[in-house]
This record gives sequence, C-alpha cells and structure tokens, in this order.
Amino acid sequence: MNHHENTHTISVLVENEFGVLARVSGMFAGRGFNIDALSVAPTPDPRVSRMTIITHGNALIIEQILKQLNRLIDVLKVIDVSSEACVRRELMLVKLRLNDKNKAELAKLADEAHGKIVDASDPRIQILEFVGEHQEMEGILKKLQPFEILEVVRTGNIAMQKGKNVLMPFPGEAVG
Amino acid sequence: MKLTGAQIFIQALKDEGVDLIFGYPGGAILHVYDELYKHPEIRHVLVRHEQGAVHAADGYARVTCKPGVALVTSGPGATNTVTGLATALMDSIPMVVISGQVPLSMIGNDAFQEADIVGITRPCTKHNYLVKDVRDLQRIMKEAFHIARTGRPGPVLVDIPKDLQLHQAEYVPYDQVKVRSPRAVLQGHSGQIKKGWELLKEAKRPLLYVGGGAVLSQASDELKKFAYLTKIPVAMTLMGLGAFPGTDDLSLGMLGMHGTYYSNMSINECDVLFSVGARFDDRVTGKLSEFSKHSKKIHIDIDPANVGKSVAVDVPIVGDVKYVLGEMLKMAEAAPAFIQNYHQQIRPWWEQIRQWREKAPMGYQQGPKEIRAQYVIDMLYQMTKGEAIVTTDVGQHQMWAAQFYHFKEPHRWCTSGGLGTMGFGFPAAIGAQLAYPEKTVICISGDGSIQMNIQELATAVEWKTPVIIAILNNHFLGMVRQWQELFYENRYSEVDLNVQPDFVKLAEAYGAVGLRASVKDEVVPVIERALKVRDRPVVIDFVTTLEDNVYPMVPAGGAVSDIVLA
Repeated sequence: MNHHENTHTISVLVENEFGVLARVSGMFAGRGFNIDALSVAPTPDPRVSRMTIITHGNALIIEQILKQLNRLIDVLKVIDVSSEACVRRELMLVKLRLNDKNKAELAKLADEAHGKIVDASDPRIQILEFVGEHQEMEGILKKLQPFEILEVVRTGNIAMQKGKNVLMPFPGEAVG
Repeated sequence: MKLTGAQIFIQALKDEGVDLIFGYPGGAILHVYDELYKHPEIRHVLVRHEQGAVHAADGYARVTCKPGVALVTSGPGATNTVTGLATALMDSIPMVVISGQVPLSMIGNDAFQEADIVGITRPCTKHNYLVKDVRDLQRIMKEAFHIARTGRPGPVLVDIPKDLQLHQAEYVPYDQVKVRSPRAVLQGHSGQIKKGWELLKEAKRPLLYVGGGAVLSQASDELKKFAYLTKIPVAMTLMGLGAFPGTDDLSLGMLGMHGTYYSNMSINECDVLFSVGARFDDRVTGKLSEFSKHSKKIHIDIDPANVGKSVAVDVPIVGDVKYVLGEMLKMAEAAPAFIQNYHQQIRPWWEQIRQWREKAPMGYQQGPKEIRAQYVIDMLYQMTKGEAIVTTDVGQHQMWAAQFYHFKEPHRWCTSGGLGTMGFGFPAAIGAQLAYPEKTVICISGDGSIQMNIQELATAVEWKTPVIIAILNNHFLGMVRQWQELFYENRYSEVDLNVQPDFVKLAEAYGAVGLRASVKDEVVPVIERALKVRDRPVVIDFVTTLEDNVYPMVPAGGAVSDIVLA
C-alpha cells in the first residue's frame, strides 16, 4: 500500500443544482478527507457546473475520494488530472500599503511577475492581481514580504488537461 | 391534465405500484393527507412515532424487495426519521421517505416546525430532494423510486413544501427516468469474472464469504447452484444469513465477531477468499493486518467504493452478484471433469473444517429451571420449522438469534446490521407482517431494545398484526454488560434494567396478548399459545439467565487467533 501523501487535482462535473456543493464538501468532511482548495462555477451548459478540488492523501485515500465522489447522484464525471499534463492557474489579489520609497520597487516587482495594478483609488493603497500556478503565487508572496501586505485572496488552482482531452461529454448525455 | 402537488404525489405512488405506506400526519403535510383520505386503495398505517414508520417501511422492503414508503410532517416529524434513514442506508435498503416542509416563502425563516431536513439527511440518504417547483414533483418522485431501488439500493428523501402541495402542474404519465449520473455497472467485466473463476480453480482451501449483497441482488439460486456444484464451503455475514440455507452441510454459519469458530478459522486459513456481496466490515475482519493473511481475494460488489476500501483485493469484480455468480456458474457447469477433480482437491480442506467443527460446535446447555436465551431461540426455530420471518433489535439477543435460528431462505431475516439500531425490530416486524399477513413474524428483542419503540404496540393492535415479540429479558443491557464484564473488569456502568415495566400487563394494557415464561418448562407452552394467536400481537416475556455471554467472540479489533470460545 502506498502511504506516500501527494497533492491531487480532481476535476468534477456536477449537476448545477442547489446543495451540490454541500453534498461534495459534506462527503469530504464526513469521511475525513481534506479539501485544500476548491473552486466551482457553471460551464457553458447552464445545467452543469465544474469543480476543481485540490486535496491530498495516499493512494488509497485518493482512490476512495474518487469513488465516493462518483457515488453522489449529482456528480456526472470525476477525473483525477494530477498525473496528466495540465494547465493550472490560480488568481491572487494582494492589497498593499505603499510609501514614497517603495512605490517604484513594487511596480518593478509586479511587472516582473506579470502582475497588474487593479485598484489605486487610494494613493497609498494598491491592489495587485497575479495569475499563475499555485507555486508561483507562493513565490510572489515571498517577494512581497518586505511590503506591508494588508490582505490576500486566492482562488486555488483550476485545471484543464492539455491537448484534445476534455471532461465533457459525460456518460448518459452526449454534448454536441 | 392539471393536478395539485398532493394529487401528483398520490398518482406517483400509484404509478410505482405502492399500496401500503407508513406515516404520521402534521401541519406541513396536511394537504397530502387530505388527498390520501380520498384514496383508500393506498393503505396508510398510522404509527405512533415517526421512527416506527421508517423502520416499518424498512422491514416491508427487506421482505418484499420493494421500496418501503413513509410519510411524515416537517420539523420533528422529519427529524424523527433520521435514525431510520441511516439504518436503511447502512444496510442498502430501498426506501422513499416523503416529508412535508414549511411553505416555500417561509423556508429559512425559522418558521414553526421548520427543519432543514435535506441538509440534515444528506449524509444518511442515498440522495434527497427539496421540491421547489410543483412542475418538478412528478419527475422527482420517479427519480426517487428509481434511485432507491437501482444499483446499490438505499433510502431517498423528498421534502415537499406545504404550499407546493396545492400548486398545480400538468401531469402526463411516462415511464422513462433520466438520471444523468453514471449508472451502476450490473454486468461485471467478463475478463474479471474469468480471472476470478481461474483463481478459484487453483484453490485448495476456497471459501465463499457471502454478505447482504447476495440477498439484495436475489442471487440465492445462483449461489446455491454454485456452492452445490463446487462444494466450496459457505460462510455468511450477519446480513447474508438466508442467502444460503443455514441448515446445509456446506454452510459454516455466520462469521465475524460472534460467528462460529469454524467459519472464523476457515476465513483465517483459506487460500482463496471469494467475497460475494460482502464488504469486509470491521465486525467481520477484526484486526485488518491479521485478516485472512494467506488468501488471494475475489470480491463481487455493485458499489466500486466497497472494493479495496479496507482490504486489498486480487480480483475485483464490480457488478451485480446475481449476474456475476450466474456467469461463473456457467463456467463451472461447462467443466464437469474438472469439478470431479476439484472435489478431491478440496477434500483435505473439508477434513480440516470438520475437525474445527468438532472442536467447537455451536451449542448450549439448558438446565432444568433457569431459561437460557439460546434455548428460547432454538425452540422458536424448531416450533416454526425455521420458516418464520424474524426481526431483531440489537444486542445479545440479536447475535443469539443469528446463531441459533437457521434460515433456509433469504428475505426472512431483518436485522440492523450496519447501524446497529435498537428499536428497529418491532416496527420492522409490523412492516413485514403487513406485507405477508399469513406468515409467522417474530420480533426477537431484549428488555432494553423493545422499550425503544414499544409504543408501536398500538399500531400492531389496530392493524391486528399477529407479530410475536419474544423479549429475552435478562434485566440488563446485556451486550454492553458483557463488554463491561470482559473488558472493563466487571464495572457495570449504567446497564442495570431492573426497573422495568411488567411486560405482560403492558401488552394487555395495549390490547395485545401478554405471556410470560420464567422457567424452562414454560417456554414451549407459551410459544405454542403465541403461535395460535392470529388477530393481535403477542408479547412473551422470557425471564432468562441474568449474566450470560455471547460466544464465540472475537474481541473488537482482535484477530481470529484471539477468539474466546466460552
């Protein structure tokens, strides 16, 4: 049995019904599984939502997570994309307090990390927006340590398989 | 044709062929009850507590294989169904529970008798619904029954707001149910089935480990044919009892914590373990690292999540037991010469099992006076020729019933195996009796358990159901006491039930027949009298040995080698 714990990215298609998030998160909580990050939004088919769940555990736990997700009636398709080539992205907003001395330095840092200033309505406050993989966000936060960080909001990773593989269609329904 | 929500509900029950439901009215379900009043063809059993309704529906489902139906009001009515739903979920019993809800506009306002029952029951149902538009009601009712009975069966709850019961919608009958979730795989993979058979063929010490899945999938015929042909020994879990005749020479009886010595030794020493609709529950495996260490394992299960959950399996076969076993039977039947050799191949194994049987056969000593619980069950067994429907509560009486009542057929044994619900047995017996009015139905219970739903005596009297309630009265919470004796140095913490009602008078107060047996010689006569009563329930108070223990016992988390025989 593999006891090595790894981070896994699981993509899930669900019925876009009220209570679905509670079913999914409740299953994780009730069976003692972890959710490290979770994002959910409707797909172009308004009846279907897509979740990206970041979790960790050994092989046995991940297998159970996938199987237990599949048991939920509102779950249409489950794929563990961890081992596949994927584009992974996380959005991060960082609110900072500036002074005259570090303003230019911050602008340079933001530029290098492909960050954008998305709010400067208060001259001493800026909100920066960054997009990239989870690890990159960690790196950026480290570099921002010398500045006065007031708040950080992150979405957690979303993921999409590279190449022609897609999650749709799901069993029982052909999506044209 | 436009119908109200309440009318759609009734129509949906009719479409499903439901003619018997269990329930308890209240404010938020009044419109439905008003409609029900106009439809006497749907018999409604008024229970005396909502928990009774759900367990009765459960008992009905276990003996008929059809979904049981319960109807309750919002708030407390609905929350009282939680234990029954969890019981059914753990044992995979098909059931549909319908609850009233406060009007749509009041949901979330802490209205009178409001409870978020969909939220509360999410983890103890297979699926549940809050109906928010009357136009969805017909579809949801159809889906509810479909989900309850297909794949791995389970309970489904439908919560219907009060105002919606009067809203109108078009009702057009249709048959097809569209649930987009992937369907359960029924036809197991042919390659895996073949692999399983090849593995079994090599076995010198094979064992069939049969669970509740074999009962639910109605695979008894396939199982019997397969076992008779191959002569592989059969051990059954608590939930699997009856899937194979307990009276047959091939049967090793029950395995697990209170299973027979020989079935437990067999599972310990077998070289190929063939799990047929059993899920390697902790009450069977004990200590996982010691469980059946020498065996390769084949596992048929309709629920992929059960495969490899606690025990690694060599040949997993996801599918319906009836189908998979049927396919394997064909392979066995196609090889008569091999089968001849096979009987020789496993002969030493049977010799070994015979020795284990001789070393520790199941039995008990009944003295001249004090009644032993095992004797009562043995007499019930003999006097009903093993043909009664038996329900139980939970505790020592449940284990003794499992050990000493030998079922020849499935769907006659109703016990809360997974959740272990005290208070289950009597309402379940009422449900079973109403399904089969002519059959003998016995609820074997304890003086603790029976008091958890004893109010249903009124229901049973009203419906003239001749359920026999056999109380094995040891004036203790016996199983807890046994654990305290064995593992807590006799510190009997809160298990004394010496203050208890006079069960004979209590039965009479309800209009039932009350009987008592205090010494051995009274046992057979009271059972004889009870079996003759066909128009009301009978309570028999069997005053038994106070401090008797259930043996054999594999202590929780222990290995088979830790088994205590007496």
